[in-house]
Amino acid sequence: MDSFLVISLVKVAIVFAVLLTTLAYLQWVERKVLAHIQVRPGPYRVGPHGLLQPVADVIKLLTKEDLTPPFVNQPLYLLAPFLAMTMALLSICVIPFGPVITVGGVRTAMQLTDLNIGVLFVLAVTSMGVYGVVFAGWASNNKYALLGGLRSSAQMISYELPLSLAIASPLLVSNTLSLSELVGKQAGGIWNWNVFHGPFPQVFAFVIFLIAAFAETNRVPFDLPEAENELVAGFHVEYSSMKFASFFMSEYANMITVSCMATLLFLGGWVAPWPAEYGSRFVPAAIFVAAGLVALYHGLNPRRRRDKYSLPVVAAVFFVMAGAFLLPMTQEWLLPLFWFAAKTGGILFLFMWVRGTLPRFRYDQLMGFTWKWLFPAAMLNLLVTGFLVAWWS
Amino acid sequence: MDVILFLVFAVVAVVCAINVVVQTHPISSAVSLIGVMGSLAVLYLLLGAEFIAAAQVIVYAGAIMVLFVFVIMLLNAGAEAKEGRSLMVRFLGLPALVMLLGLLAYFVQRLFPRGDSVHFGGFTGGSPRDIGMALFTTYLLPFEATSILILIAIVGAIVLARKEMD
Repeated sequence: MDSFLVISLVKVAIVFAVLLTTLAYLQWVERKVLAHIQVRPGPYRVGPHGLLQPVADVIKLLTKEDLTPPFVNQPLYLLAPFLAMTMALLSICVIPFGPVITVGGVRTAMQLTDLNIGVLFVLAVTSMGVYGVVFAGWASNNKYALLGGLRSSAQMISYELPLSLAIASPLLVSNTLSLSELVGKQAGGIWNWNVFHGPFPQVFAFVIFLIAAFAETNRVPFDLPEAENELVAGFHVEYSSMKFASFFMSEYANMITVSCMATLLFLGGWVAPWPAEYGSRFVPAAIFVAAGLVALYHGLNPRRRRDKYSLPVVAAVFFVMAGAFLLPMTQEWLLPLFWFAAKTGGILFLFMWVRGTLPRFRYDQLMGFTWKWLFPAAMLNLLVTGFLVAWWS
Repeated sequence: MDVILFLVFAVVAVVCAINVVVQTHPISSAVSLIGVMGSLAVLYLLLGAEFIAAAQVIVYAGAIMVLFVFVIMLLNAGAEAKEGRSLMVRFLGLPALVMLLGLLAYFVQRLFPRGDSVHFGGFTGGSPRDIGMALFTTYLLPFEATSILILIAIVGAIVLARKEMD
């Protein structure tokens, strides 16, 4: 009992620290990706390649004056950012990052808790997260904020239906609701992943899930709740300082959750694309060595005087990482983590790519799209999957 | 531990339920109702019915209450004014409430006389598999009848709304 408590506390501390750091740096990555899509360098002044920009942003947000407008509904105004943040961070506790491993003689799963209704738990928590946005919009007592809150609630109710239906069909194929069992069923290789496997490959469900996920996280092209050219900033217009930051962070945390869910449901979680005996365990090391070589080459280029020291340091870090992936004692838990992070990161990159590419929907298009196309398509997909699964077994 | 959690969330549920009626502003009432749903879900979880708990949060707290709040926000309903109570309410209200609670307690005592009929984690039919089996074998007819009833209600709502539009 005691050791269970200690291990759980250590795991919670690790996951929380990593999650918050990722949240801060995800924003840096997004700014960099957007900047490179628009052919500009992005954050560059604070630290080498703007790497300390998130730290500066956090200090700025913490030290800003925290003002509460006199016309707001006080209790709900204070509850809203708290609710948004808690619900966004809560769903990470059922996400499995890897299999059961042994670290220093202690056997534990790379997951905070394995619920047998893990998928439903994530759905429940995200559906409660809507209230953060809705209450913020209403309690601000501001017409722009109210419009943002209204749009958000309508949008989230509408897109939750295709999202749930798209989640249901891979569950039918895998026949479980536990997230770690779901990954276990997809083990073996890329041909066993739910996107490509089964009586009916879940490609359509994957696409529907991604589209609905963009809407659920209020991201471009569905960011109407905060459409800045019509609503100033939407639901969080009256918030400042850390209260604003918690909405900001909850948006990124929701993005991470949704990407993790897509990875677990469709892309096989921490499973490598092909079995380890065919050399998939050397892929991470090879990638890190190649990245280190590229960084070293650019760092030694005499024309890049600014990066004379920073890029060789980055290269050294990459080489150390590559070494860690080759050690047998760290390999056991680093490899699953690498594949999980790679798949989740790929989907997160897709989020940023779409933000840099697509314009915003009109509101009637948004609603027409989900009710007339996405929902029937998800329904049809579920029907076909159900029939084929029943016929196969 | 179970008893402490049960007491905490039972008290939260009852206080929120009373708050739904006492509050004058519709949004505050709706927030209290969400509190009731949430604590009910925790109580289901304590009994061992995790699927019902999740369904409670997803369907009631997550979907239906969002619609309630949405409609309240859309209509921008203000706080109700407290009117003077009628003579009957003033004199018969409290005795009637006490009588109703007494009747409820009496029937609960009669129907479940032993205290050991319900205990924490004792409910084993709470897994998704058990619920699915029950819905699609034993209770198939009520299940289908309910779904048709809901369909009728939806069609009726659309008919009523269209009549107003013309």
